[in-house]
Amino acid sequence: MTLQQFRAIQRRRDFLKHVASGIGMAALGDLLARDGLTAASLPDVNPLAPKQPPFQAKAKHVIFMFMEGGPSQYELFDPKPALEEHHGSALPESMTKDLKLAFIKPSAKVMASKFKFRRHGQSGMEISELMPRLGDVADDICLVRSMRTDAFNHHPGQLLLFTGHTQFGRPTMGAWSVYGLGSESQDLPGFVVLTSGRGTSGGSSNFASGFLPSHYQGTVFRNSGDPILYLSNPDGVSDALQRETLRSVRELNEMRFEETGDLEIASRISSYELAYRMQVSAPELLDFSAEPAHVLDGYGVNSEDEDQRQYATNCLLARRMVERGVRFVLMMDASWDDHSELNKNLPKRCQKVDQSNAYLIEDLKQRGLLDETLVVWGGEFGRTPMVELRRPDDAENAGRDHHPNAYSMWMAGGGLAGGQVVGKTDDLCLNVVERPVHVHDLQATMLHLLGFDHEKLTYRHMGRDFRLTDVHGQVVKELLA
Amino acid sequence: MSAREGRHIIMHFPPWHLGCLALAILASHPIHAAVEPLPDLPPPVGRNVDFAADVEPILHGRCYACHGPSLQTNGLRFDRREAALRGGYSGLAILPGDSAASPLVHRVSSPEDGFRMPPAEPRLSPEEVGILRAWIDQGVPWAQGDAPGTARPRVSQAEHWSFQPIRDPEPPEVRLADWPRNPIDRFVAANLESKGFRPSPEASKLTLLRRVSLDLIGLPPSWEEAEAFLGDLSPDAYERAVDRLLDSDHYGEKWARHWLDLARYADSDGYEKDLGRPFAWRWRNWVIDALNEDMPFDEFTTLQLAADLLENPTPDQLVATGFHRNTLRNREGGTIYDQSRFEETLDRANTVATTWLALTVECAQCHDHKYDPVTQKDFYSLYAYLDNVEDVDVDAPLPGEMGPYLRNRAEYVRKRQQLLEEHHVPELQPEWERQMKIAGENPGQRTDWDLCYDVLFQMTDNGWHVLHKERGERTFREREVLADYFIDWYYTVVSKQRIEELRFNELRKKLKDLKSSYPQLSKARIIRVREGPGETFLRIRGQWDRKGIKVEPQPPSFLPRAARRGGATRLDLAKWILSEDNPLTARVAVNRMWQEFFGRGLVRTSEDFGTQGELPSHPALLDWLASRFRAEGWSAKRVHKLIVMSATYRQASNARPDIAGLDPENAWLASQNRLRLPAETLRDSTLRVSGLLSPAVGGPSVYPPQPDGVKELTYGWDTDRWEESRGPDRYRRGLYTFFQRTAPYPQMMNFDAPDSNRTASRRRRSNTPLQALNLLNDDVFVEAARALAIRVLSEAAPDWDARLRRMFQLALARFPAEREAGWLSASYGRQTRLLEESPAEARQLARVELPDHGPVEIAAWMGIGRILMNTDEYITRE
Repeated sequence: MTLQQFRAIQRRRDFLKHVASGIGMAALGDLLARDGLTAASLPDVNPLAPKQPPFQAKAKHVIFMFMEGGPSQYELFDPKPALEEHHGSALPESMTKDLKLAFIKPSAKVMASKFKFRRHGQSGMEISELMPRLGDVADDICLVRSMRTDAFNHHPGQLLLFTGHTQFGRPTMGAWSVYGLGSESQDLPGFVVLTSGRGTSGGSSNFASGFLPSHYQGTVFRNSGDPILYLSNPDGVSDALQRETLRSVRELNEMRFEETGDLEIASRISSYELAYRMQVSAPELLDFSAEPAHVLDGYGVNSEDEDQRQYATNCLLARRMVERGVRFVLMMDASWDDHSELNKNLPKRCQKVDQSNAYLIEDLKQRGLLDETLVVWGGEFGRTPMVELRRPDDAENAGRDHHPNAYSMWMAGGGLAGGQVVGKTDDLCLNVVERPVHVHDLQATMLHLLGFDHEKLTYRHMGRDFRLTDVHGQVVKELLA
Repeated sequence: MSAREGRHIIMHFPPWHLGCLALAILASHPIHAAVEPLPDLPPPVGRNVDFAADVEPILHGRCYACHGPSLQTNGLRFDRREAALRGGYSGLAILPGDSAASPLVHRVSSPEDGFRMPPAEPRLSPEEVGILRAWIDQGVPWAQGDAPGTARPRVSQAEHWSFQPIRDPEPPEVRLADWPRNPIDRFVAANLESKGFRPSPEASKLTLLRRVSLDLIGLPPSWEEAEAFLGDLSPDAYERAVDRLLDSDHYGEKWARHWLDLARYADSDGYEKDLGRPFAWRWRNWVIDALNEDMPFDEFTTLQLAADLLENPTPDQLVATGFHRNTLRNREGGTIYDQSRFEETLDRANTVATTWLALTVECAQCHDHKYDPVTQKDFYSLYAYLDNVEDVDVDAPLPGEMGPYLRNRAEYVRKRQQLLEEHHVPELQPEWERQMKIAGENPGQRTDWDLCYDVLFQMTDNGWHVLHKERGERTFREREVLADYFIDWYYTVVSKQRIEELRFNELRKKLKDLKSSYPQLSKARIIRVREGPGETFLRIRGQWDRKGIKVEPQPPSFLPRAARRGGATRLDLAKWILSEDNPLTARVAVNRMWQEFFGRGLVRTSEDFGTQGELPSHPALLDWLASRFRAEGWSAKRVHKLIVMSATYRQASNARPDIAGLDPENAWLASQNRLRLPAETLRDSTLRVSGLLSPAVGGPSVYPPQPDGVKELTYGWDTDRWEESRGPDRYRRGLYTFFQRTAPYPQMMNFDAPDSNRTASRRRRSNTPLQALNLLNDDVFVEAARALAIRVLSEAAPDWDARLRRMFQLALARFPAEREAGWLSASYGRQTRLLEESPAEARQLARVELPDHGPVEIAAWMGIGRILMNTDEYITRE
């Protein structure tokens, strides 16, 4: 800021111009009208103002559907008939000597999948019978069968997926996105987190801002109580009373600004205004009454199953947020960590998510939003071909352990070429044999679609320029349209 | 290095060369599967090579830049024969007489980018490789005299300001002779004068008192204190206020918080399970007490780094080593012991380096630091001091615990044994232990036993050790730990039915109840030296399973030579950190103090004094303070007093339009700074002004009310522990709020408390809408506004103006200005009307009925309270 600017904003009238919008559309509408101001004249004090990326962006929004725990690729996305040949016996040591597993030893016995695969769409993409509805949108999705990661435990795996590093402290991809692009929403946070199922082992580190300023961190939309923490007025405080409070806070803050000349006060006023706009617009976001019945049913919002209802609600919310300009929606569903009772639990989980997943794609597409919204679905790693049997006396107890070397994810929209399978694994899905996609490559590709060179979107911290992909990552060209 | 080269080289190694290099390569890149044939190496040239004519030009032109006199990337240098043959961190590079097995040859002829050396084009020609091969095959002849390359560190680094000895500069003369109150001001004024500016006037008395009170004890002054200060016109009134604050028990609470940030203190393990650490607070208490008694910083340092190595340390001194126990612990299934220990030790080394030296050594865990002179070897030499450490929880009874414990112990032990017998534990456990040992020795045979065995390491701190101890040699505490584990985890190896027969779930509950009904001793989390020989290895590329060369504990090599002597224990590390020759420690410490009093350090990057950190704004002042600190017995309180007594500190914090354009961050200190309060101070102030604060100092962590759904966000195992505290414990200072790493208390995180996963040297002061929502709508703040309203109604004279005055005095420690009063009076009227229209809401807000005040009146004053407590001024130290 120059001296002239400083002096200029010391004058009350200009100060008002500087901080622009009034507190709450309704409350201070008169004030706004008097000065002929709108929220658009806020730039100096809004770190989340929308920014143009350096390159042509294909995607403007991201919906990352994170299936915590690691869904099994064998039962869902990567058919491996060869497992049947080995079923019940251990693999030769030569094949497993490089494996590092969490709970079982590489000498555990192989387990074939019980579920059948069917071909879908023009590409003939093979998808499991557990996800029939996903098959309906096969031509819109890219199935990546050659995902790889370095970590075989949940928390490090999730950190690597979201921050590019297995140890704490780095910003997450949602925070990077908002840091790079700002937010298009005036009334909602730029990076929102939705949860279903139980808590995730990564907890808040999956949406933290790390060493980026904290306004880039994800804001959790909660499933019970206030959708955003402390969003509703205290008990007994009517909307009119709250507006009166805000109006007076602003008045006193302006007086203080005149006294001290501290620009931080202008910034504070602006934060209070966004807070109030959130109070007004979040309930509207959550109000589904204007959604037609076929949409609600399409997502499964009224399902009798509570888990499905929650997941479906989050999918619909994600779409509504994207419509309102939210940059990055992280949905976290927990848990897909099927160490035991895989054949019993996995079909239930699929039942819970399949319909909503497919409908989200269809709905986004029908609204013309799919082209500008990147949808990603998957976990922090995959699962082993070997069985994990925690109760040797009970075959139904069988599950699979964590497997970082090869697994599957799917993506759609936002500049991707749909209807294709990228990458290939060996006959047992022990390793990737064609077009490996490391999680760093996924990150590089996501940033590319958002209009960034992943090596150039950096932030200086502790004397070094950090980036999401650490010192790795290559854009996966095959995925691009 | 890729797997294929690795394997190939190993095949060529004669057995006696299977040293650390080969082992390291074996363990590398487990994910690589494909083994491709090795490309043919260019043949050696068929003649005798001459070092000076043939070889040195290649080495000089293509290698010395990174592996020569000024840089030894990866510990490797080729400018001297002896060094070249010694190899680098990954092991040998040259095997004299065997060029085909020499890693150097494979590196220079590899087709693989990233592996091939030199990394820059052009590649070495086949002819050049042939020369190197012949040279190696011919026994690595060198030029006569072995030209002594001068071993010197990178020039700019040796000259880097923070590595120079601390000077004791004379405070400069200044023209503004009557402004300085102590030498600090002469440094500041001289600098300002050189730029043609003058300092700001002194802040008002009330602002000053609120400022110094918030800075020294983290609480605003009471109005009684403020009034007394206003009325005291004697010249030393301010000094006496400062002395009172320095003597307050709340001083230690305020300053402990900064130290807790550096030590990444939390009450839970972190990571997936995030188990609680019920005795982490013992170390926190130690810090509070140490700061309150102004324990000299050298003692404070030594005890935390190495109290266990002193002669006859007291239990209280041992508690200090809990500093290291604040590191995260991953108990997730599948966590590998060696990896886990490696990562914890890394974190400890990083934390020590940042806390005492402000060196960000982290980069050097994988490679030599790119900018700072910290080599990878330096990093692991520092790591080595901490590598032989073992975590242990010991009984550390608080005063009054020992007697009742001893009186009841026999009965408790008897009853416990009785319960174990009723459920057949003594019969079953020995066989279980036998099977466990078998599982440990034969992994992969039985999945269920593998799980039970692995989890013993993950869920207990010393379980494997106890399991392998003779039964007779186990202490009671060890027997207890193992038996409890057996009862908890036996279900993994037997059927559900069997567990039901044994009624282990019932037993578990009975044991827990028994334990809580008998007096127990408090524990302390400490460290001690691990038994057995300890060897430390550098890890190639920072990977836990790729061992490089062996390293010894040593201070960093780039510091002045004299600073480097010393032995190999943590005690020696502490001595070195505190030695006269170490130019960093004192500077780093006083800079952090300055940071707390001005919002930024004299070196803004208080975590990084390396070449990538910022330069000091007032280098002479920094040195002057550092030398005072050291010379005057490492007393923090003395330095604090010196700073707050200065005219520099006492300046008004209003912005300076005349300088803002030139010095936007106010590095020149032409005024004080307005600083948003830290998360805890915000809570503490609010509780204090409303009269709710519990003034108790120290003790276990507490669970103030928090919104539903916060703890459910993670899947920590025992998050059901958030049982709201009752009574005064609901209103303790923020410092005492239980810190659950994966689901921290939301108000703390909203206001930039660090997440405690890494050492944190300075906090942000962000400004977000979530903060606004937090202050407006969080019950904690609404409750405080209610208490404040009731307090005002009962304390102030019964007229509106007196009440408003009282509210300003309590909340902002000042009187209302006329126009503020005017606005608020109108607002009070509007609020009253709104509340009268909806009396139910007024009752809901007020909750209580006072004899002379109806709910509307209480609610309207709450409204005024909420307004004041949401102003920028309220959450700011001015």
